[in-house]
Amino acid sequence: MGERMFIEGNEAICRGAAIANCQAFFGYPITPQNEITEWFAREFPKMGRVFVQSQSELGSINMLYGAAAAVRAMTSTSGPGWSLMQEGVSSMANAELPCVIVDVQRGGPGSGTIRQAQQDYLQCTRGGGHGDYKNVVLTPASVQECCQLTQLAFYLADKYRNPVIMLSDAIIGRLRETVNIEAIDFGPLPDKDWALRGKAGHKDGKRRMIDHSADLYRRDPDFVSFLRRLDQKIKQMQEAELRYESYKAEDARLILVAYGYTSRVAKEAINMARAEGISAGLIRPITVWPFPYEVVREKARQGCKFLVVEDSLGQMLDDVWFAVEGQAEVHLVGILDRHMPTDGGMILPNKVLEKIRGIQ
Amino acid sequence: MNREAEVVIKRRVAGRPKLLIPKIESFSYCPGCHELLAARVIAEVLEELQVEGKTIGVFGVGCSSFLILMLDIEAIIGPHGRPPDIATGIKRVYPDNLVFTVQGDGDLISIGGESLLGALTRAEKITIIMLNNAVYGTTGGQMAPTTLVGQVTTTTPKGREVTSAGFPVHAAEMIATFKGVAYSARGALTTPSNYQHTKRHIKTAFQKQLDNIGLSYVEILSACPSNWHLSPVNSLKWIEEKMISEFPLGEFKNVDRIE
Repeated sequence: MGERMFIEGNEAICRGAAIANCQAFFGYPITPQNEITEWFAREFPKMGRVFVQSQSELGSINMLYGAAAAVRAMTSTSGPGWSLMQEGVSSMANAELPCVIVDVQRGGPGSGTIRQAQQDYLQCTRGGGHGDYKNVVLTPASVQECCQLTQLAFYLADKYRNPVIMLSDAIIGRLRETVNIEAIDFGPLPDKDWALRGKAGHKDGKRRMIDHSADLYRRDPDFVSFLRRLDQKIKQMQEAELRYESYKAEDARLILVAYGYTSRVAKEAINMARAEGISAGLIRPITVWPFPYEVVREKARQGCKFLVVEDSLGQMLDDVWFAVEGQAEVHLVGILDRHMPTDGGMILPNKVLEKIRGIQ
Repeated sequence: MNREAEVVIKRRVAGRPKLLIPKIESFSYCPGCHELLAARVIAEVLEELQVEGKTIGVFGVGCSSFLILMLDIEAIIGPHGRPPDIATGIKRVYPDNLVFTVQGDGDLISIGGESLLGALTRAEKITIIMLNNAVYGTTGGQMAPTTLVGQVTTTTPKGREVTSAGFPVHAAEMIATFKGVAYSARGALTTPSNYQHTKRHIKTAFQKQLDNIGLSYVEILSACPSNWHLSPVNSLKWIEEKMISEFPLGEFKNVDRIE
């Protein structure tokens, strides 16, 4: 039995990290995730854990690079900061460092807006930085999921020795809901024999090394062998870590696909549509990488139509197009369909319902 | 200096430090390169301080990254310019370990500028060692922040011109102005005397960290015969005749307490 609280998504991420035994947080101010940085600034010193405000997101990701070679550690940011971190994330994928990185999405590109959007999807799901690599990307759609998925993120990061991304947005981040703060046991993990401790910290007294190239400290005989191993890791993650929710989708003829805040909007629109006799349902990816391609593909084979609801010009749209293999219609309710054109605009159920009716 | 270390120094006469890994098949530095000599100094100091078991080295991108193959200590390499951040991450979670960086001049002051500034601002208790060879060595000899005015490099084919490329940076002096810095010094390796001075700087720097005083910094003027297009012996002369007047040797800050 956990502790019941009424808190916002950003805070639930922090509490999830704390129960997952995250030992260090490095962060830089950026809206809309300052609550995360400030929570760790207040609470981590009390717990005897490490908090550092870095000089920039470049600093955050590289401090994380160092700490992740030793303990469970994380950082948090929004779009512009996430962009600055890409070289670091690419390096971590090569160096096989486990860590959790939170991106609380805001409007983009550039400085964009400080309020919600879902415009970092492609960057997060395609690795984000240079070179071939992928990270598991988790998308919470409630405060409860903020707490649970953060814990899962640390587990998966250690399981695969790879960064895991928590892709949130300003609405989920600042939304308050009741949540049960409870530790989840995901099962045992192998000993971190590879981690740095100083030679004296290892039973065999031998040094460990961390490197982000394929040719200095050789973990594999050559570059292609390294890539083969990385490819296997990517395939393992794809096969084992897919998570999604199916809401009223079994008999649905129109499938909505949405994640994060727009998935809740989609659910509301589906309920309203069903009341009008329209058979609509939702597939909500919880992991947007790996993406539920097969689930969408199967629905396409059954003759369903698709409506992607995402607060962007169309990013997850690409993945749905890819999944249906040209066999189905795919529509979009996107950022251009917000209820008002200022930065506080959002996608609302009525607009989605209007589109659902139109597709019938 | 602790008593045990003194005894160790008096016994040793000569020989290769055991922390310096014997010659490896896959790599060797250029003839006359000072990277390995700097590694030797570091190895000797770590052995004398008897701290190799708790030492973690953070090597920058460039010729310093090959030190991971040369020194038998735990080591980590990350993105170019970021060792001060990486060292911060490690030192904060492992405050009892000795964490130091070895970086080139470009790694530290050019691309690494903000990481350096961040570590100085936060007064991180790490040791930064910078090998100053006045060029970007690994990539074939381009201009670096410490390239001398008039010095020919592949990106300053007519010599460094102040109107477009400014002036060489004096990192040791600049770093000494920060409150959180306990020690800042510059040495060279051109003569046995300079070698011993540099070794003393490194030892003092590590001791500042072990005593939990503040950030410590040692800059070492380093020969780069390949990119200076000089013989190893003439490279030593070039340091003595051209570099030392621009980058004076000595200690620029040495305090035992930072309030």
